[in-house]
Amino acid sequence: MKAIVCVKQVPDTSGKVAVNPDGTLNRASMAAIINPDDKSALEAALQLKDNTGCEVVVVTMGPPPAEGMLRELLAMGADRAVLVSAREFGGSDTYATSQILAAAINKIGLESDDVVFCGRQAIDGDTAQVGPQIAEKLHLPQITYVAGVEKVEAGKVVCRRELEDGYMMIETATPCVLTCLKEMNEARYMSVSGIMECYAKPMEVFNYETLKDDPLIQIDTIGLKGSPTNIFKSFTPPQKGVGMMMEGADKATCAKLAGILAGKHII
Amino acid sequence: MDFVLSKEQQMARALFREFAENEVKPLAEEVDETERFPEETVEKMAKLGMLGIYFPKKYGGAGADVLTYAMCVEELSKVCGTTGVIVSAHTSLCCAPIYEHGTEEQKMKYLPKLCSGEWIGAFGLTEPNAGTDASGQQTTAVLEGDHYVLNGSKIFITNAGYAQVFVVFAMTDSCAGNHGISAFIVERDFPGFSVGKHEKKMGIKGSSTCELIMEDCIVPKENLLGQVGKGFKIAMQTLDGGRIGIASQALGLGEGAVDEAIAYTKERVQFGRRISQFQNTQFQLADMHTRMQAAQFLVYSAAMKKEAHVPYSMDAAMAKLFAAEAASDVTRRAVQLFGGYGYTREYPVERMMRDAKITEIYEGTSEVQRMVIASALGVK
Amino acid sequence: MATFNNTNLADFKGVWVFCEQRAGVLMPTDFELISEGRKLADELGVELCGLLLGDNVEGLAKELGGYGADKVLVCESPLLKDYTTDAYTKVICDVIMEQKPEIFLIGASNIGRDLGPRCAARLHTGLTADCTHLDVDVNKYINFLKESSTLDLSTQKFDMEDRNLKMTRPAFGGHLMATIICPRFRPCMSTVRPGVMKKAEFDQAKADACQIVKPAFTLTEDDCKTKVLEIVKATKELVDLTGAEVVVSVGRGISKDVEKGIALAHELADVLGGVVGGSRATVDAGWLSADHQVGQTGKTVHPRIYVALGISGAIQHKAGMQDSECIIAVNKACNAPIFECADYAIEGDLFKVVPMLIEEFKAAKAGK
Repeated sequence: MKAIVCVKQVPDTSGKVAVNPDGTLNRASMAAIINPDDKSALEAALQLKDNTGCEVVVVTMGPPPAEGMLRELLAMGADRAVLVSAREFGGSDTYATSQILAAAINKIGLESDDVVFCGRQAIDGDTAQVGPQIAEKLHLPQITYVAGVEKVEAGKVVCRRELEDGYMMIETATPCVLTCLKEMNEARYMSVSGIMECYAKPMEVFNYETLKDDPLIQIDTIGLKGSPTNIFKSFTPPQKGVGMMMEGADKATCAKLAGILAGKHII
Repeated sequence: MDFVLSKEQQMARALFREFAENEVKPLAEEVDETERFPEETVEKMAKLGMLGIYFPKKYGGAGADVLTYAMCVEELSKVCGTTGVIVSAHTSLCCAPIYEHGTEEQKMKYLPKLCSGEWIGAFGLTEPNAGTDASGQQTTAVLEGDHYVLNGSKIFITNAGYAQVFVVFAMTDSCAGNHGISAFIVERDFPGFSVGKHEKKMGIKGSSTCELIMEDCIVPKENLLGQVGKGFKIAMQTLDGGRIGIASQALGLGEGAVDEAIAYTKERVQFGRRISQFQNTQFQLADMHTRMQAAQFLVYSAAMKKEAHVPYSMDAAMAKLFAAEAASDVTRRAVQLFGGYGYTREYPVERMMRDAKITEIYEGTSEVQRMVIASALGVK
Repeated sequence: MATFNNTNLADFKGVWVFCEQRAGVLMPTDFELISEGRKLADELGVELCGLLLGDNVEGLAKELGGYGADKVLVCESPLLKDYTTDAYTKVICDVIMEQKPEIFLIGASNIGRDLGPRCAARLHTGLTADCTHLDVDVNKYINFLKESSTLDLSTQKFDMEDRNLKMTRPAFGGHLMATIICPRFRPCMSTVRPGVMKKAEFDQAKADACQIVKPAFTLTEDDCKTKVLEIVKATKELVDLTGAEVVVSVGRGISKDVEKGIALAHELADVLGGVVGGSRATVDAGWLSADHQVGQTGKTVHPRIYVALGISGAIQHKAGMQDSECIIAVNKACNAPIFECADYAIEGDLFKVVPMLIEEFKAAKAGK
């Protein structure tokens, strides 16, 4: 039994977000962190390892410096890591990304009792698309918005899936894809001994050559060329001005404020 | 000299910083205010291997190095001096002497439980009449068959209220002066052993500082640590290592105060300007940071020498002397930059100032450090 | 699947909206999307079609017509009663491959965001998540950019004949906006953030005229790999301050009538879907428990909306909340420091202002 965890390194958007004059994100000025939902996905996998002794494999797609993040995940307790990195993979949208990650999972080898853990969404895109699309490409059942893994045994998985107004209990069979919410657990820290071991643990790099024989990897299904969506324009909304001192303090003032907020979709 | 941390050391520092920020900092004010030993933090640190950082895995340690340990105490102390000293006393004053002077049996019996945090460790040297003059020990140990009988008391013992294992010093030969002192591993539940009154302190208020009382305390013969009569040497060597821990604590306290002062002065507006725009503020902060940076070099250098097993006694003394005095000075200056707010408990700098003072006193006062340094220089 | 999308893009016609129902009740977003879809269909001169899946749901279809759907495709089966990824994806993709719509909109609910990506992957097409603005017509899009961007439009070139759906979404908490297109594949898919698109007026005549069609599909139990064991409706758990989307905080300004001040804050927080916090003064006075405290020695929050009621805005309070996305402050003192970091400031007595705010916010939300 294996737990395969898909993880993304993202710029930390919890503090100040730096934007270049041309409307793109100034990634260099922001710290790179483990995507929070993905960190909880790893924690869920590590808890499964604590209970069953299963192997935990972490996989990320990104530029070579993402190795640093993978070492952190190994220091938290993952057993081995895969870095999917190639020029050909650059510029992929969610569709193309899921093709590549699905091929990487095929290469790692998916067995009948394996579970693929993803975060629900990454904070730099908020799309929540890659997890379900990996599942589709691998023809696996999916449970998204997982708020709790209730049971993993004998090829069956039961999860609590969050809804806006409650939750669903869903059962499915392994192998399957779960996309996890950061609220589902509190991810553990690295340990000092984990840090001392993490550079000795196996780390593989999958490049284009490694994956090119997978039918999912075609010139028109990966990278910029294989991405169905393109960015048409990217822009910054008008600057937040210095505050607005509302005139008066009566019903009309309140109505005006409510109108402004509703107009800006703030309420 | 290599000024670049290894990848593992960089990761460990990131871990300690994140842990301190998320788990330690939120409790610091309350721990100080209520004089409470942060048991839950100790439990969490134990899980992450922070209570046996530089001991081999064979003994339950994390297998890292002395510098990583120093950085751990430093990062913890940036946000909470209490938490820093808990780790320092446990590691340097209890685990270290057992690791360095214990028999294989003693190491296998005590270190795994100490490194895993199941047991907390402490160190009993100071007595009411033997402070800086540690050789004036009045606690006695008499061999009776298969055990020693200890009588006497120890004061100002860090971690005492929560420790299970104590490295205790006693006279086995009261006529032999320093050479009559021996070291023992004493467990809390040995007959005749008890922990006495809890001290109320100016700073590091959450650390448990108590008296140890031994009344016909029975200690099995096999719990003698090192050879009979070598206790004073063990104590002095242990304190050399301990000074790296306390120097790291002082370093963290000073750095923490600098961080707080930089953040505050960038926010605080007086005379229509942020006070960070005044040259006095800028010069103060430049001096404060420089002092702490110099302290860091001394502390790290001592830690690296200990790791490399080269003599480091003078290095540790210099590190502690300089870091402690720098911390006291820098935290006091931070309070001044904060003005009236700095004197209130709304902000952490007054706590840091109170915490910093002890680093000039315990594990050898600054005066003792100067004696050690002068003596190493051959100045008589 | 690639063969499906190698066909001529011109074969794809019509705007479709997935109409989500839970336990036989349509979601409010369905009406918003039908209303928005109507506009897009008119710009393209094509039909607007709702797609409704469930068990015994035909009766819901006509109402969708009242908001603009020309036609509603109803797919009914006991296997479609509760949402499951596999069953819904299969039926929807089969019908889409058969009938070839050019645009397919889905509400970005937890269910829509499960379904959308799975369908897009199967159909080999693009999907844009959480859109807040949609355009086909280029002139309309340019007008939108004029209002909502800092782009210098004089330097931008546009193809006025462009008929692609231009899907705009916020990224990085609204610091950046991106307009996405899907030029080479159809249908062009988008999940749309609930509560953003304006609902049209209900028109009974249109509802009556709405055509109901039941397309043929096959679905067996073997197609369903997941099983819903139970669905539980939960009352919203109390969220902590740091995770809250909306925080309504009170300060010393409530001292005149503490109980009423706190009650008003709670009422306002309920309207906005948030929680109540307080300044250090309110905690020290014992009006609120310590876990409510925002500030240097309390919690640091960066919610979407932060409302400061009767809080002067000492530096230690600001340290805990100034990164909030939208700050609304009500204070009696015109020189209260809180006004310096507020986006919207009202100088007035909170006991008078807050009840009016509650009323107006309620009205504004109901009107959407």
